Amino acid sequence: MRSFYDCIVVGGGPGGAWAAKHASEGGASVLLLEKDREIGIPVRCAEAVGAAGLQAVVDPQPAWISNKIKGAVLVSPDGREVVVSGERDQGYMLDRKIFDYALVEIAAGAGVDVLTKAYVSDVIKPNGRVQGVRLQHMGQTSEVGCSVVIGADGVESRVGRWAGLRTSIKMKDMESCVQKTLSNIELDPDYVYFYFGKDIAPGGYVWVFPKNDRLANVGLGISGEFSRYKSAQKYLQDFIDKRFPHASVLYTVVGGVPCAPTLKKIVADGLMLVGDAAHQVNPMSGGGINTAMLAGQIAGRVAATAIAQQDVSEKKLRQYAAEWHKAQGKAHERFHKIKKAVYKLSDGDLNKTADAVLSLPPEERSLANIFKTALVKHPSLIFDVIRVFVH
Amino acid sequence: MINAIDDRCDFCGACVAVCPVDCIELRESRIAILDHCIDCMLCVWICPVEALAGADKNLESECEASMIAS
Ligand SMILES: Cc1cc2nc3c(=O)[nH]c(=O)nc-3n(C[C@H](O)[C@H](O)[C@H](O)COP(=O)(O)OP(=O)(O)OC[C@H]3O[C@@H](n4cnc5c(N)ncnc54)[C@H](O)[C@@H]3O)c2cc1C
Ligand code: SF4
Ligand code: SF4
Repeated sequence: MRSFYDCIVVGGGPGGAWAAKHASEGGASVLLLEKDREIGIPVRCAEAVGAAGLQAVVDPQPAWISNKIKGAVLVSPDGREVVVSGERDQGYMLDRKIFDYALVEIAAGAGVDVLTKAYVSDVIKPNGRVQGVRLQHMGQTSEVGCSVVIGADGVESRVGRWAGLRTSIKMKDMESCVQKTLSNIELDPDYVYFYFGKDIAPGGYVWVFPKNDRLANVGLGISGEFSRYKSAQKYLQDFIDKRFPHASVLYTVVGGVPCAPTLKKIVADGLMLVGDAAHQVNPMSGGGINTAMLAGQIAGRVAATAIAQQDVSEKKLRQYAAEWHKAQGKAHERFHKIKKAVYKLSDGDLNKTADAVLSLPPEERSLANIFKTALVKHPSLIFDVIRVFVH
Repeated sequence: MINAIDDRCDFCGACVAVCPVDCIELRESRIAILDHCIDCMLCVWICPVEALAGADKNLESECEASMIAS
């Protein structure tokens, strides 16, 4: 490790790995710092991604994928199932332990220096411009200088705050999540399942994402607006007791997902935020892997160019924000509005909407048709939801 | 003052994200509430596993009680 790099990336998740890779490929010297002792662990994720979104940022390798998904089953509060199918590879179940590792390996192969068990405790900003980080590693504190810091430090991000950006998230936009990996269950592994309803997951949903026909990630998120009255953990236990009473629990993990539009400001002088740290999660589905990689890719490239041109001012780095908004940020603003509308619907409205769709013959249940029927028979927004999920 | 119970915490960072005054420090398997906490309770309410509580609630003993009960 040197005492100065062109670019320091904080966080070794998908966003950080991809930012580091692209900055390095653009000609910058790059250091990636991860606070945990190992990349990819613990897995704090349900591991589902849209195939198209992933293919847009990387060529998916078979070893990363535990299962291929061909459709989604949406379950209304009173149990009506709406099946939306497509071709075989609508989505993938990733094995994120392998996936996150592979992404950082690819970054390292592109020339990035990587250090784990390396906790960044502050940014250095003499005269207000970010010019490095303070680092705690194996009982030693040191400072490493750089031209650009990329904060890809996940939902718990503090890098932006240290640099003076406002990054704390509103309670209602934060999903409080718990997930258990269940074995000894029976499922059609070609589908992912979503359960909606105020009693099972207020302001969120339950997901059942199969890794194979006997094993699935089963979890839920509830909005921070409601988590005060009953915790996510209790909601999930109720769901599992009812739906999978004989399952064995192989893994439990908890987390928060920032389901908001992108932060207003994601760059400052010498600083860029990427992924969950910038609130770049799809606010409707809560999916943030593909989007973090896309943002990392854009940020890494812009950083490398800015460094080469010796101008890392906020103005210059805004190019990243502009490209992100064009590619995804604008869509996320729309998805956030849809989310707010959907979660205002009563359980009765959701049931009626499911009914309207089920009155269509199965062969006509294409997404476009479902959408039309829903609009005519019941002008609700659940079908926007479907579009967002299978996107 | 907010108390965290390490035994229950999963070190996920949801609380850090909602804290309005940036006073939670999270490591791989360690969590600390810093002195400038304003007792707003947001972290307590967002925690998916009820690992945080205001000082009026004694989590340590509550946790022990539930362990004995189960
Ligand atoms: C329960 C749950 C289920 C989810 N399911 C899905 C899903 O099915 N599909 C999907 O697409 N998305 C899902 N997500 C969201 C997805 O996990 C995130 O959006 C994605 O991981 C974001 O990537 P990232 O690189 O921005 O951040 P992360 O993957 O969170 O990486 C951030 C990294 O930064 C490190 N870090 C933090 N602070 C510091 C510091 N100070 N110093 C050094 N390192 C630091 C962290 O240890 C971490 O490794 C889920 C999230 C949760 C919580
Ligand atoms: S939200 Fe709860 S489980 Fe997550 S880090 Fe904070 S105290 Fe721990
Ligand atoms: S009570 Fe409020 S100020 Fe104190 S740690 Fe929790 S969120 Fe932060």
